[in-house]
Amino acid sequence: MTINQSGWKPTSPEAKDGEVPATFTGNRALMLEEKLIFEIGDDKTTGVDFAEGDVAGSRLGDLSRKDPIGLPGLSEPETVRHYTRLSRQNYAIDLGLFPLGSCTMKHNPRLNEKMARLPGFSDVHPLAPVDTVQGALEVIHQLAHWLVTLTGMTSVAMSPKAGAHGELCGILAIKAALEKRGEGHRKVILVPESAHGTNPATAAFAGFSVEDIPATADGRVDTAALKARLGPDVAGVMITNPNTCGLFERDLKDISDAVHAAGGYVYCDGANFNAIVGRVRPGDLGVDAMHINLHKTFSTPHGGGGPGSGPVVFSEALTPFAPLPFVEKTGEGFRLVEEENADDHHADSFGRMVAFHGQMGMFTRALTYILSHGADGLRQVAEDAVLNANYVLRSLENTLDAPFAKSGPCMHEAIFSDEGLAEGFSTIDVAKALIDEGFHPMTMYFPLVVHGAMLVEPTETESKAALDQFIGALRSVAERAKAGDASLKTAPHFAPRARLDETLAARKPVLVWKDKAA
Amino acid sequence: MERMRYLPLTSSDRAEMLSVIGAGSVDDLFVDVPESARLSGPIAGLPDHASELAVERHMTALARKNTVAGDVPFFLGCGAYRHHVPASVDHLIQRGEFLTAYTPYQPEIAQGTLQMLFEFQTQVARLLGTDVANASMYDGSTACWEAIGMARRITKKSKAILSSGLHPHYVSVAKTMAKYTGDTLETGTPVLTAETDIDQMIAAIDGDTSCVVVQYPDILGRIADLTPLAEACHAKKALLIAVVTEPVALGAIRAPGEMDADIVVGEGQSLGVGLQFGGPYVGLMGCKDKYIRQMPGRFCGETVDADGKRGFVLTLSTREQHIRREKATSNICTNSGLCALAFSIHMTLLGEAGLRRMAGINHANACRAADRLAKVPGVKLVNDVFFNEFTLDLGREARPIVRTLAERGVLAGVSLGRLYPGEDALANGLVVAVTETVTAEDIETLAKALAEVLGEVLA
Repeated sequence: MTINQSGWKPTSPEAKDGEVPATFTGNRALMLEEKLIFEIGDDKTTGVDFAEGDVAGSRLGDLSRKDPIGLPGLSEPETVRHYTRLSRQNYAIDLGLFPLGSCTMKHNPRLNEKMARLPGFSDVHPLAPVDTVQGALEVIHQLAHWLVTLTGMTSVAMSPKAGAHGELCGILAIKAALEKRGEGHRKVILVPESAHGTNPATAAFAGFSVEDIPATADGRVDTAALKARLGPDVAGVMITNPNTCGLFERDLKDISDAVHAAGGYVYCDGANFNAIVGRVRPGDLGVDAMHINLHKTFSTPHGGGGPGSGPVVFSEALTPFAPLPFVEKTGEGFRLVEEENADDHHADSFGRMVAFHGQMGMFTRALTYILSHGADGLRQVAEDAVLNANYVLRSLENTLDAPFAKSGPCMHEAIFSDEGLAEGFSTIDVAKALIDEGFHPMTMYFPLVVHGAMLVEPTETESKAALDQFIGALRSVAERAKAGDASLKTAPHFAPRARLDETLAARKPVLVWKDKAA
Repeated sequence: MERMRYLPLTSSDRAEMLSVIGAGSVDDLFVDVPESARLSGPIAGLPDHASELAVERHMTALARKNTVAGDVPFFLGCGAYRHHVPASVDHLIQRGEFLTAYTPYQPEIAQGTLQMLFEFQTQVARLLGTDVANASMYDGSTACWEAIGMARRITKKSKAILSSGLHPHYVSVAKTMAKYTGDTLETGTPVLTAETDIDQMIAAIDGDTSCVVVQYPDILGRIADLTPLAEACHAKKALLIAVVTEPVALGAIRAPGEMDADIVVGEGQSLGVGLQFGGPYVGLMGCKDKYIRQMPGRFCGETVDADGKRGFVLTLSTREQHIRREKATSNICTNSGLCALAFSIHMTLLGEAGLRRMAGINHANACRAADRLAKVPGVKLVNDVFFNEFTLDLGREARPIVRTLAERGVLAGVSLGRLYPGEDALANGLVVAVTETVTAEDIETLAKALAEVLGEVLA
């Protein structure tokens, strides 16, 4: 027998009964601590071998670098290990349900990644002669056709780099259209109070003043208040549909008609297009401009915070003002419309927003996704996304306060408030406890119109089993918060870090590493 | 459609869920859509779903219609550069924990992204020679415009002087935005000479100037000491903004921050990101400490957790749109996270020694190419000094010659006619970039092809 029958167990010297012992390294098995590259690398090591030989030649004038830059290097194995260890401290869609409301964290198909890496897309220069990049222009043209058709609009500007950049694109087109009409004096943009923060920031950047439009008790825009505010000083409205409370704005067509009659334009924030793709075309609701987050509806990866991509579809009224460049079909081939050839038929363009042509790497991914789903599959996307959200809403409405549960079905996201939690407990405690349950928390404290908002967007790529597990976890955490379970206040307990001191970070900003020994 | 490969719900799941919801059909969930706007079925005229194999065929056919830079002698630059990216970079950025994570708003489960951003900020600040750097911007052109806006907020003045050597797309972006913000921009087109326009800019600075924006190396590949320009700016209480579109250069030449530039922005594409027909790229932005509260974009900062362990969070967000709404420093709501990661990994692999060696090889290759190409009859080298990119005067219009060379399988460079259409004085200019990916044979092939084509044109 080689089995230990003596009852001896290895113990750490500091271990006390019932406590987890400390480790020498600070690691906890697969939970690995990792130092900064500045603490493990040095200025001699490199993980890249270049050809031997001398690097003579000096046409640098007197500008050669003399002093060290201070960049640590690591060998390839150390580099791979460093970033692999860091990656394991992140939650991700690949690990589980990521119910961030308004962010549409759906599965990112790997075919998208494979296609974007075809050398014919990834290794092509933006200023290469147009005859040598016909395939790239065709990708842009095909994607543009899908986006215009799915939204029922007239044209699309592909170059905006992200959703907020797309908003800016739409608002600048509105501004240009007003100026062309000689109505540059229209200075007011109406924004519902439930809007994303980018909406007022964008309007203000373009020189508009922003006025809030209140919400009704059922979570929608107060149509009467909005109409009452229309007049000769109003440039337009920015409205999100489905809105940030997860509800469809039933009156949008009516609102659009009123805005148009009063001489304004309708900007729709398309952040939540996933809920209606293939079921509703925003063009049928009177929208003049809408950005589409390719990284939401069309599954391009969020990448830990970008890169995004925010093409903007336009109505006929705003099409002449769309930015440069764009791609046009010419008989057999495709051409770029840029500054030099815009004058012949696109002279009213408001100009260029970015160098080159936009987020091509995201266009290939989005087109791959769209072709995979097709018209029928995209419609199913919206249906399953809405079905999943309603399932979450109805499964939890008796556990958590659901302020708009009686406003009809929700769209792609379900919203709850912190009402009914024990005294001193708030949304953040529920969110942090969900981390311990192995989930990324929902969007917290947004939209502002709901107290302690918890905005849950499951997306269509979650199975029923995954939803059931999430619902069970959220129900359990919510019950504990209602009962005043003190352990929630210190959650998460099992994450790589406990709650972080954000006040300290902001009061004494440490934004770069400095050698404390120096 | 019973099942599509990305949609896990089965028909029986759907039925069961509808009964929990208390809805008869999925159509009942869309009752709030006005009847006139409801689509009764898939949109006509668009194809239905397709298999992975079918989609791959379609996309591959499109990709084949493009000339791949790596397949031919390749010399294009002007704001996007072809460098060798080590295999591990692309492998690491495809780890799902990086690729499929969101913005790190829940820092306890996003330390991977946050620590990476902190390292990125430090690498960028050191490379640019600034005190701090942010967590990245969309790209170089938008970062450049954001810097001009930042200078306006700091100086409370709104006249910006843009160097004629600044990338024309960057100028174009700034002009578009300035129409709406009321900034006055002084701009010009470059002259095909060895001298930069630094002296003219120094002469143009006055008490109303908010900033001077200078590209380093500039669009023609020229480089000049920025110290006198910084002094002249500061004497008139204006800021110096330096723009770096080729960060590899900073492995060989002095950093703009070291020459007292106040804000340094750049395009980080060269490291880790690849050409990708123009995007996504990664904007770099650094500045002096005293200006951080006017800087747009995200910052990652160091802090501690409740157990006293070091950790990182997004910070100083009171400048940002989700808190400040219409009073934010910018409407920007994202960075270019995954491209910043690629940049940072590539930089970590290189390290100080690797970056300097890479920069040395770039410069040596460019010197070799410049010497060889200047021997082609009718061709003159415009630059005295350059890093890995220089301008040739072909003695005749360069744009059709670039097209002809492309037909012969040589991507010779960017003609100034493409960048400055209608500017006759620039039409003969060809900007040639030479990185470590260019071989001696490539240079010889270009020289011979150029001689042939020019000979044909001459004849």
